[in-house]
Formats: sequence, structure tokens, C-alpha cells
Amino acid sequence: MAELLEVRELSKRFGGVQANSDISFDVRAGEILGLIGPNGAGKTSLFNAISGEVAPDRGEIRLDGRRISGLGPVAASRAGIARTFQVVRSFDSMTVLENVMVGAFTRAGAARDAMRRAEAVIDTAGLSARIDAPAVSLTPPEKRRLEIARALATEPRVLLLDEMLTGLTPAEARNGVQLVRDLRDRGITIVMVEHVMEVLLPLIDRAVVLNLGRVLTTGLPAEVVRDPEVIRAYLGDRYAQA
Amino acid sequence: MTDARAPAPAPRRPNAILRRRRRELALGAALLAALAALPWFISDVYTQNLLILVLLYAGLSQAWNVLGGYCGQVSLGHALYFGLGGYTSTMLLLDLGLPPVFGMVAGGLVGGVGALLVGWPCFRLSGHYYAVATVVVGEIGYLLFINWDFVGGASGLTVPIAGRSWLYLQFGVSKLPWIYVTLGFAAAAWTVAYLVEGSRWGYSWRAVKDDVTAARSLAVRVFPSKMAAAAISGFLTGVGGAIYAQYVGYIDPDSILAGSFSILIALPAVLGGVGTLWGPLLGSAVLIPVSELSRSYLGSSGSGVDLMIYGGLIVAVSLARPAGLVSLFGTRGLAGGRGRG
Repeated sequence: MAELLEVRELSKRFGGVQANSDISFDVRAGEILGLIGPNGAGKTSLFNAISGEVAPDRGEIRLDGRRISGLGPVAASRAGIARTFQVVRSFDSMTVLENVMVGAFTRAGAARDAMRRAEAVIDTAGLSARIDAPAVSLTPPEKRRLEIARALATEPRVLLLDEMLTGLTPAEARNGVQLVRDLRDRGITIVMVEHVMEVLLPLIDRAVVLNLGRVLTTGLPAEVVRDPEVIRAYLGDRYAQA
Repeated sequence: MTDARAPAPAPRRPNAILRRRRRELALGAALLAALAALPWFISDVYTQNLLILVLLYAGLSQAWNVLGGYCGQVSLGHALYFGLGGYTSTMLLLDLGLPPVFGMVAGGLVGGVGALLVGWPCFRLSGHYYAVATVVVGEIGYLLFINWDFVGGASGLTVPIAGRSWLYLQFGVSKLPWIYVTLGFAAAAWTVAYLVEGSRWGYSWRAVKDDVTAARSLAVRVFPSKMAAAAISGFLTGVGGAIYAQYVGYIDPDSILAGSFSILIALPAVLGGVGTLWGPLLGSAVLIPVSELSRSYLGSSGSGVDLMIYGGLIVAVSLARPAGLVSLFGTRGLAGGRGRG
């Protein structure tokens, strides 16, 4: 598979915290890549760099060979990067359809066109029954779906999902997993950050493990969980010996 | 991602947004017809004057609403654009003999440019810092005009008598034509708000108001969005200022640039419901009569009871109806579907 998204030697410091240092990895077209690591490993910071919300201090991010890092979130979105947020950010004065239309205007000029596109992706995200509901009235899993629909409306090539399964019941999480698979089947490349390992590992094609701002290891999910370095990062030295 | 668009959803009835917009357009047309007929039933000058002020402030507040309501950038310096519009049209009439009908457009343009110039530095600030900055800029404008002899300084400008003429917006003692001038202004401001609300700009503004980070992640260009809202808002406010100047026939910094105008322009929208199509008109229809009636019955000389009633009303409404008076009507049609608007 070809590399769609390339992260090269990326570093970012916030004050005294080196959030990311010298991060390099590839995302292949059509795969589901999991970004895993303990709290503070730099996962969300990396998402913020890829989505253009923050500019890296050093290094480069390329989508399809073209640099997108340092150009800001608008350029990243236009290039084909879309994201959801760890803490849901819905437009609470708007309905579901209106929320998604904001994203659809990225690719549509006229309101009717944006509306049509928005209705289609709301259907994809499984929110059609709530299409006219105010965003504030949605349940937490519905809000996650709203964010995904809004992101889909920008017609992304790469979708960044930041802890979309966190805080859901097991049944809701299973529905979420199915949605992610459906999206991949539609040709969208997915990068996801997740804490819930038992849900994430069967879902992803490959994993990039981060610890303390660095890439610890990269590989198949089954391989990385056996990696002593990974076990040490998660559970401490004692378990790595066992 | 082309796959995500197909299959197209089955044809269904027009969605809630389209239905709501049709309802609002119909309501707007009906209201316009009713207001256009209203002067036939009003003959006393006092009530006519009241109606003119209600319509003028409905239009001004709608102009404010574009920036302060839809886009969420609470400006407390709109007196500046109001004054710029009034001074521009009056100066053009005095120095070049340009009829105010055209001066009105020029006043709007100057008001719009003024709003862009203020927005350029101030939109880098957010929330309360932006609001405070606009207060300061408004005061600076007021002080500049007081000390600027070219525009009459503190003694102001008097609109010269030009006989009865629609071109010069002078109608002798008759107030009837002014009802139609201000009705036209209010209707124009409403129409602009209606059109932008349904357009890409409207969605961008509301996204910027609700969550800037999420808006940016969806390719909304935040700064240009705010500037566009400011330009439209400043233009309409400038036109309103020009109309006001012609109506009262005399302007000086205190009567058109004072900070109290910034509050008067914002209040109807805030009271009626910010970021809604009907909030400004509703707020103006309540506030202006209350303010005028309490002033004439209780007297404004020293006692200040009229201002207490006025202030008390605002407090009562904001406690009982935080989303504004439009929420009294309950229907999502009138409230524009913005629960927390």
C-alpha cells in the first residue's frame, strides 16, 4: 500500500514540555492506524499538528507528497484532513443538519448543495433519525457521530479520530467500531487515538506506540502488545521481566 | 470520499431548515404588508414618531445582530458607524449638495469601511477583550469628532432646508413619509439578515460563535468571516445613521456618536433574542415604547425613574428569558431553531 500521510522527524515543545520529539511514521492509503500510548505520550498533540491546529517546531507532515504542516487547519482541511475532538466540540446553537452543513460548505458553494451533501453523510454516520434535533439535545454517543458526520462532510482522505470510543458503553463502542470499519470500506484512511485497548487492537491494521513524546515502536497490533518496551511503558519495569 | 455521498437519501419532504425559512419569509412579507398599512390608522404625531423610532432601531439592531448575534462578536462601539453614516451623508449634502438618498449609500460605505478598520486589529482579541476594545474605539471616535472643526466640532451640523423632496428626505412637518423610509430600512436590514443566515457566511458565523476550534477544523476562515460580518453590519448601521441625521435635522457628537447609542443599538437584539431574525424587531417594539412612554409620563428631569423602569425591564427579561423575547413564542420557526441563541 502506498504512503498517503507521512510524518517526518516532527518535534513540538509547549513551554517546558516536549510534547513530540522526532516523530516519524507513515499512514498507508486505506488502512486503520492506531496511535497508542499512555497518558501524556503526545497523541493528541500529534493530532493537533496533523490537523494544522498547531505548527510543529521542526519536521514535516506531507499528504500525498505535499507539505501540509505549518499551513494551518483551513489548509489541512482543504487538503483532505478531517478530525474529531477528544472532548466533543459541537455547535450547540445549531441542529444536527446545520452542524454538518458547516463542514459541507468546504466542498459546496450553494446552501442547497451543502444541505444535500450533509444529509447524505448524516445518513452514513447513522444519525438520520436525529437530523433536525438541536445538537445540545444529543446523547454522548450521538455527539460522537455528529462530529464524525461533520468531518465526513468535508470529504476527507484521512480521518483523525481522537478517543471516539472513550466513555461509551460496550454496546455503543461496538456500534462505533462498526462505523469505523464502514468508513474504511468507503475508502477513507483512518488514524485513531484510543485508550480502550481491547476494542482498538482487533480494529486496527497497524499500531504506532508513543511514549513520552517519542515513537516507541511500530507494527502489527499483535506484535506491539508483546513488545517488552511497550509493556514497560504501560505497566512498569517489573512486568517487562515476566 | 465520493462513495460517502452515494446512495443519495430517498426523496423526502423539504427538510426542517427549508420549511422554517419559508415560514419566516411568509411571516416577513405579512408583517411588511401590515406595517405598510398601519400609518393609515395612525394620525397623531406622537405615535407616528414612536413607530418611526421602533422601525429605525429595529433596523439598526438587526445590523448589530449580524455581527453581535450571528457571528457572536459583541460590539459596544456601533455608535461610531452610526455617526460615520450620519456625518458622511450630512457633509456630502452641505459641501457637495449630494442628496441624502445617495449620501445614505455613501454613509453606509464609510460605516462599513470603519467597521473593517476597527475589526482589523480588534478581531485578534476574543470575547470580553473584543467588546472592551470596541467601547474604547467608539469613545476615540467621539472625541475626534468633538475636536474636528471641519465637521463642525462640538457645535455640530445642521441639515439645510431643501423643500419637500424624497430625494432630500425632507417632508415638511409630515411624519408619514418617514414611516416608510424607516420601514424600508428595517425591511432591508431584515432581508440582508435573512439572506446571509441561509448562506455559507451565516453558517460560518454561527460556527465561529459556537466553537472557533471546531470551525477552523472544518475549513472555516475565522478572521475573514468576522470581517465580512463587520462590513455588512457597519454598512447597514451607517445607512441607519444617515437616515437618523436627516430625520432629526441636526447632528453633533453627543447626539449621534455618544456611547449610549452603542448600547441603544445593541439592546433590542439582546432583549429580543441575539442571533435570531425576529429578535431585533421584537426587542425594539418593546424597548422603544417603554423608554418613550416612561420618559413622557414620568419625566426625564432629574428623577431617573424612567431609566429605572427601563433597566428593570431588561433585568427581568434576561432573568426570565435568557434566550430573549423570541423564545416566548416557542415555535422553532420564530426562534430560528437556536435554543441558546
